Amino acid sequence: MSTNDLWTTTHGMVFGFIFLLGFAGALVGVYMMKAEWLTTEGANANVSRLRIFLWLLAAAVWAAVFTGTYIVYPWYRAAPPEGLTDLANFPRYLLLANESTAFWHKFGMEWKEHVAFISPMAATVVAFVVQYYGAALAKKPEIRRWVMIFFTVAFFAASVAGMFGAFITKAAPIR
Amino acid sequence: MATIETNKPNGPVAAALLAGGIGSAVLGLVTFAVEASEVVKTSMNWYKPVGPLMGKSSLGIIAFFLSWVILTYVWQGKETNFNRIATIAIVLVAVGLIFTFPPVWGILLGGE
Repeated sequence: MSTNDLWTTTHGMVFGFIFLLGFAGALVGVYMMKAEWLTTEGANANVSRLRIFLWLLAAAVWAAVFTGTYIVYPWYRAAPPEGLTDLANFPRYLLLANESTAFWHKFGMEWKEHVAFISPMAATVVAFVVQYYGAALAKKPEIRRWVMIFFTVAFFAASVAGMFGAFITKAAPIR
Repeated sequence: MATIETNKPNGPVAAALLAGGIGSAVLGLVTFAVEASEVVKTSMNWYKPVGPLMGKSSLGIIAFFLSWVILTYVWQGKETNFNRIATIAIVLVAVGLIFTFPPVWGILLGGE
């Protein structure tokens, strides 16, 4: 495994997947924070775990966008030397060189690289709200509802980024 | 026996949600501005290996954290109209989602 492979995997399969896989559990955790379903002790115990989990997920998705932007993306967009015909090591140019693959850059990468940044912002907001209210969230259904909406937006943005990341890596891997 | 404190003011939480919306909207609008203008595109190229993506994403993140700090200062210890602020926040997030969607650039700018 090359350094490039290692970082590409760390970006998507470690940091990105931690967030995507953890989302459902955290969402259920927030949904279950209902006063009528929990004792005071239960709410306090649940929220302690949920706080740690949500901050870890937020940290993971920040790590995913920063490793993606500052480590992997420069390899993706590197320009080939003039006259080079084998574009295998220059994914952006390899995709754009062929009409049938240009879509993956013009739509997939262009969408992924921008929308991804909404995810860590929304995930951080969610972690903060749960940190701030703690077990009191069980008695605030309106705020819990907005937390779940924000968290779903974070998941949607990360899903787009993850899905197109996988497709683009398949079409033009970073070597 | 454990107790739950439920009387915390919602100001800091409203500040966080609105800041999330502002950060997303700034990201979307700057992304669109870069597509619309070569001058803006050049001005966002803060670090050559990453290109304009660094300027665009950094402005969104700066707007997020800066507005969060300012709004927290303004709403610290206060009770706000939370549903109204959260609705504005999610509209701003939608602005971010819409303007980071490549087909929208083509539709509004008349390109491909």
